[in-house]
Amino acid sequence: MPLIEARDLRRDFVVHRRRGRLRRERDVVTAVSDVSFTVEPGEMVGYIGPNGAGKSTTIKMLTGILVPTSGHLRVAGVDPSRRRTDLARRMGVVFGQRTGLWWDLPLRDSFDLLARINDLPAARYAENLERFTSLLDLTALLDTPVRQLSLGQRMRGDITAALLHDPDVLYLDEPTIGLDVVSKARLRSFLRELNRERGTTLVLTTHDLGDIEALCDRVMVVDHGSLAFDGRLNDLRAHAGATRTLVVDLAEPGPAVEVEGAQVVRVEGPRQWLSFPADASAAPLVAALAARYPVADLSLQEPDIEQVISRLYSTARPG
Amino acid sequence: MADVLAPARPRPAAVLRHARTYLRLAAAWVRSSYSYRLSFWLMVLSSFAVNAIEFLAVVFIFANVPDLGGFSLREVAFLYGTTGVPMALANLLVGSVEDLGRSIRTGTLDQMLVRPVPLLVQVCSDRFALRRVGRLGQAVAVLVWAGLFVDWSPAAVLLTLVALLAGTAIFFGIFVGFAAIQFWTADAAEVANAFTYGGSSLTQYPLTIYPRELVAGLTFLVPVAFVNWYPALLVLDRPEASGYPGWLGLASPVVAALVLALAGLVWRLGVRHYRSTGS
Repeated sequence: MPLIEARDLRRDFVVHRRRGRLRRERDVVTAVSDVSFTVEPGEMVGYIGPNGAGKSTTIKMLTGILVPTSGHLRVAGVDPSRRRTDLARRMGVVFGQRTGLWWDLPLRDSFDLLARINDLPAARYAENLERFTSLLDLTALLDTPVRQLSLGQRMRGDITAALLHDPDVLYLDEPTIGLDVVSKARLRSFLRELNRERGTTLVLTTHDLGDIEALCDRVMVVDHGSLAFDGRLNDLRAHAGATRTLVVDLAEPGPAVEVEGAQVVRVEGPRQWLSFPADASAAPLVAALAARYPVADLSLQEPDIEQVISRLYSTARPG
Repeated sequence: MADVLAPARPRPAAVLRHARTYLRLAAAWVRSSYSYRLSFWLMVLSSFAVNAIEFLAVVFIFANVPDLGGFSLREVAFLYGTTGVPMALANLLVGSVEDLGRSIRTGTLDQMLVRPVPLLVQVCSDRFALRRVGRLGQAVAVLVWAGLFVDWSPAAVLLTLVALLAGTAIFFGIFVGFAAIQFWTADAAEVANAFTYGGSSLTQYPLTIYPRELVAGLTFLVPVAFVNWYPALLVLDRPEASGYPGWLGLASPVVAALVLALAGLVWRLGVRHYRSTGS
């Protein structure tokens, strides 16, 4: 049975716009529009899209914070907004921009409180606390008030807090926002291990495509409230019509080379850039080039995932 | 929506568990505010003083007039105490619900919604302010003083205790019900204040000094008159003074139940209407 089942999920917001000094106009804005997907237990899914595309709204519906306007939604077999507190025992949520910890209390006190309100048996709490704080390198910070933690430390604290009760699913909204390179890498490897060892399902929204590449087998791209893509990361490249680039250094400067299946996009002295479809092989191209031209050196550039995504946004946009 | 509107039947065990959770969360806030010890005690003291001065003003009025709407200083003090104690108790226990709008704006509410504890328990214990005991202390002091002059019978004692409890429940409901308006418009905190603090201020005096329409409003619309006025008239043996039947003084628990049910309904509707903040 899928862990998450969304069918034609939709959420409208009524907004009032000012027209003139007193008149207001009522407008309906659709933040999420008829989105359908399922997530199986143990999957790691990346949910990406530009600002305002409906990522957070979707997460908030999955967690029961927002009530969908229409559509069918089941998480762990129940309707999230109606069974919110029951579901809360089975999920962990981290909003990267905010903390779920008690600002003025030492980290340990926040963990104690959360363990209590989750009715966590003492032994399991002790075990999980020990495990997560050592893995996330928080042991020395347990007695520090949350307000004195750095952003990265606080984020690790929030992730520990979200995992203490062994949730089946962990939602991460922008988990690496504002983190430095080292913190990001550490967090990613922790999440991978969590998924492998405990089978925790991960759903994460992010702007950082590095998160997706490091963690997610599956990626869902949302744009203007609709799913523009749902599949494997590799397929996303081909789907978006991404290109790879072959950089060729000729023995001497010359006119643009001519070879089938690729086209020159740039010439700079002896160096030329050839673009070809991401799903085509580079081997025949290299062979054809070497047969006809004095090639001194070659290198291959994989399509930049950022570029892939932005292509997808622009093609998915209606009108 | 039928199942949302039907109030959940609270089982005793669940209520106890929620009360324990409430105390734990509140205790956490006490610990964090008590880290600023001096400022904590100053707040307690000033909250006591502000309310004490308010009562002094009543005493000074009586230096100029022999009675107020037909009631002596001792009787007014009894009215003051019997609305002051429930108000201070409700304010202490659930006063934080006023800050719902802030929790909505800052996104704290989203965090609360993903914890396995009823939202109301969390919102009411959020930033629990123990300093509000100052207000309670002052109200209790006035009530005890006024009680010295009451001709107590067992029935009067029982009626007073029931009124204090029902009154706390009425204010609780008014706090929660009006605070829930902030689910629709996050800046409505002042509206709630008008009815909670406003209502309790009005009932510090005998309602005989107000126009008939206002008394009707305090009886049928925002029924704070049931917190102290009607029961106190029975305790003070003045059942005819209100112009309404004396048995209204026994109706406080029923009114409290109605107010709580209505407040619960508005709260539930509000939660389902909640739209969160951007991102």
